[in-house]
Order: sequence, then structure tokens, then C-alpha cells
Amino acid sequence: MATVVLKRKELGFLDRTYLPAVFMGLWITSGHFFKNLFLHGLHSVGLFRNVRAGVTYQYPEEQRPLSKRTRTRHRLTRREDGSPRCVACMMCETVCPARCINIVAAEHPDPNIEKVPASFDLDLGMCVYCGYCVEVCPEDAIRMDTQILDIAAYSREQMKLNMTELLNPRSTHLYKRDIPDGKRD
Amino acid sequence: MITEFLIKALLAVLFLGAVLNLAGLLTWVERKQSAVMQDRIGANRAWITFKSVWLRPLNWILRPLNALGLFHSLADAIKMFVKEDFTPRGADKFLHTLAPALSVVFALMAFAAIPFGNTLEIGGRVINLQVTDVNAGVLFVFAMMSLGVYGVILAGFSSNNNYAYLGGMRAASQMLSYEITMGISIMGIILCYGTLSLQEIVRRQSHLWGFAVQPLAFFLFMTAALAETKRVPFDLPEGESEIIGYFVEYSGMKFGMFFLTDLVETVLVACLVTTFFFGGWQVPFPLGGLSHNAVAAVQILSFMLKVAFFNWLFMAIRWTLPRFRYDQLMHLGWKILFPASLVNVLVTSVIVVMRG
Repeated sequence: MATVVLKRKELGFLDRTYLPAVFMGLWITSGHFFKNLFLHGLHSVGLFRNVRAGVTYQYPEEQRPLSKRTRTRHRLTRREDGSPRCVACMMCETVCPARCINIVAAEHPDPNIEKVPASFDLDLGMCVYCGYCVEVCPEDAIRMDTQILDIAAYSREQMKLNMTELLNPRSTHLYKRDIPDGKRD
Repeated sequence: MITEFLIKALLAVLFLGAVLNLAGLLTWVERKQSAVMQDRIGANRAWITFKSVWLRPLNWILRPLNALGLFHSLADAIKMFVKEDFTPRGADKFLHTLAPALSVVFALMAFAAIPFGNTLEIGGRVINLQVTDVNAGVLFVFAMMSLGVYGVILAGFSSNNNYAYLGGMRAASQMLSYEITMGISIMGIILCYGTLSLQEIVRRQSHLWGFAVQPLAFFLFMTAALAETKRVPFDLPEGESEIIGYFVEYSGMKFGMFFLTDLVETVLVACLVTTFFFGGWQVPFPLGGLSHNAVAAVQILSFMLKVAFFNWLFMAIRWTLPRFRYDQLMHLGWKILFPASLVNVLVTSVIVVMRG
């Protein structure tokens, strides 16, 4: 039987009055209080904005920094002339485990380019954000790096994105922000 | 006679207004101070802006107030007033309505004896800056604080709810225990200054504040008085995480009145600690060359600053310390604070007698 007898330290008189612990606690909390208050004061006159006075991110106005690898809402990349890079090879549609991508291919006028999507529909309501479509794409035509996370709609129909919306990710109805004028800084 | 009456009425209205506003402001202070202490930002979403072109300049003024979240107190008040006022089945409707009124009225009555300044001289008339100069002011204040417990007990008793009843009982025993310590610890001050009038106690602290004369009594009084306010770390009657306490069955403005009572009592305790131990309206440095009324104004300011400081301190204590267990609370009250206050009185009386 190997037992360890822990020796508990008897509390001294001073400890039993609670006073040292109370003062230490107050010292710590008021330290935080005055430091943060000082920083808030400096922020209000526009100084040291990069030193945070609290851990809070005021979400709709201020988004928490995301890792570059975070998979966020999709976008279709463009060529230099502005047309989509997608060649409608159907790789992403095939690999998609949620079957949320639906491509209709068409001929491209340039003989060097294989095909072009006539329509590229993506249902965000079905997407599982696995990122396989990005991995599988041979042309780097689809990416998930828009950093848009707040996707909300009133119906399933509104969750479906067409090619225009995927090419201009920040202009879609899913990215509408209703922030009162006074709060937009 | 009529002028005397009017002056007193004016003083009472001014002081009452100041106290109620401060208590209202404390809801904001509580939110914001706790947030800043915990590295948060705190409530700031009660946002008032005007769309109309003519009222746009007002937005410019409102903006900093909005950003500070000051309108949350207003939003709170509106919420309290428009909520359903519900009396549970089987509850005593009369007592259920009376309880919050009693608790807030007695808390506010106690302020009548607190001196917030020396004297003003206007047109040959000397105005004592105190609502009533009760010559036994200490007793008056303590009586009012003791009566405050009736509201709480009645609330628990009339709600027809076991948890409320338990909360009321806890409140009764806690306030009885701590009132004794509070009364006895203040005996030291009364012995030293030889008067029961609060104004007189403040006047006699012109050279040395009560804190320096009675340091032990200060700690005892402050602890016991904090227990009287029924807030964390002494919030056993409320006990938010176990029983919801004596106001479980209250809603709307009736609950609001209990909430207000806690804050009014915090202000009251801050006023009492200032009056007894930190020189009331006394200013710690000499004010030479100022007229009597200017000095009085500085003294009122000094009183207000001290009260504000103690409110800050009580908030800091409330958001720093965890709650006592019930037996620890009774242990602290009866076995530590009570004997210590007795010893304090004994030593003080011996010294007072020896000094003759």
C-alpha cells in the first residue's frame, strides 16, 4: 500500500481573517480596471488603438481576425480579361460530397480554352464546407478565401448562388449588412 | 415658518434626487465596471439616434453617451415599467404589493439624517445642509436600516413560494446578525466623539478623521454594512445560483424596487462610511481665503467625491469576491466580527476613560 499523506498547511491567523486574500483579489481586479480604463481613455482620443483594452470583438461591426486557411464562402476566380477561370471540367461537381455544385458547360470562343461554364450554381444550404472543390480544381478557379462567415437568408432559394454572385462575392444579397449609420465607424 | 419648511423641502428634494440618480447610475456603473475589470467592453447597444434632419445635431451630442452605454439604465427602466405586474396565486396581494414599497421607503428615509455639507449663509439665514438634524441621528439611521428588513421578510412571506420564504428567512437572520456588529462597531465612534448627531460627528472630525481613530471599527462597520446591502459576497438572501431568493415571485417595477433598494442601500452605506470614518464633508486641506459659501460648496463636492469613491470600492468588492457559504457567513458574523467589535468597544472605553 503506497499511500501519500499530503500535509495541508494550517491557515495562519492572518489568513483566517480573509483580509490578505481580499486585498490581493482587489489589487488584481483594480489593476485590470485601471489599466483598461486608461486604455479606453486613450482609445477615445484615438491613441494606441492597436493595444486592446478588452478581449471583446464587437461582432457585426468588427470581425475577429481569421486564419488564412479558414474555409469561408466560395468565390470563382477570374482571368486577366475578367472572364471566369473555370473550364467546366466538372471535377468539383463530381467530388462534392454534398452535391451542392451544378455546372452547365458551354464552348469557349478561344480554341485554346477547353470549355466555359454557361451556369455555375452553388447551393450554400447544402454545402458542408469540406473544401474538396478547391483542392480538386485543376485551374485554381474556385477558392474559399472570401472571409465571409455570416451567411443567413430567409429561404432556401436565397441560399443558392449563381455564377455572377460567385464571381462578385461581396455584392450578393447574402452579404447585405444592416448596420445603423451611427455605429459604422 | 413657511420659509423654513420650504428650505427643508427643497433640500430633501435635492438630496433625494441626487441619491436616486446615483442609484440609477449605479446600474450602469455595475455593468461597465464589471466589464472593464474583466477585460470586457460591457453593454453599449442601447443606441439612440435621430433620423430627422433637424434633430441631427443632437446625434452628435448623443454619440458619446451611446458609446458609453448610458441609455441602458433608461432601457431598463422602460422594461421594468411595461412588464406584466404579476401576483402569484395564493399570495397575499396586499403584503405582496406593500413589501417592495416598504423596503425602498426605509432605505430612502435613512438619508434624511445624513449631513452632506456644513452650513450655507444666504441673506442672513443659516441653512444647515442636512435634511433633518436629528440629535440622535445615528439611532435614526440604524432604525431605518433595521426596518428595511421588514420589506424583505414580507416579500418572502407573502409570495406563497418556498424559495422566496427561504430567502426571506435568510435575509432576516443575516441582517439581524450583522446589525448587531454594525451597531456595536459604531459605538467606538460615538464614545470618541461623544455625540449621536451625525452633523456633530462630522464637525468633530475636522482634525483627525474617524478612520485614524477607529481603524478596526472601520473594517468591522464596512463588512457588516456590506452584508446589510445583501449584495455579493453576502447575497445569501438572493442566492442567484441556488434559490432565487425573496423576490422570485416579483416582476416588473416591483422587482425593480427591490433592485433599486440594493443600490440605494449601497449609496447609503457609502454615505455612512464617509460620515463616520472619512470626515463626511470635511476637506483634508486648508481652504484659506474663500468665502463661507464657497467653502461649503467645496465641502459638498468633497462629500460627493468620497461617496463616489466608496461606491466604486463596493462595486469592486462585489465583482471580486466570491460568495460565502451560509455557515461561513454566520461564523464570520457571530464568531469573528461580533467579538472583535466588543473588544473594540472595550478598548475604546478604557482609553476614553483614561484620557478623562
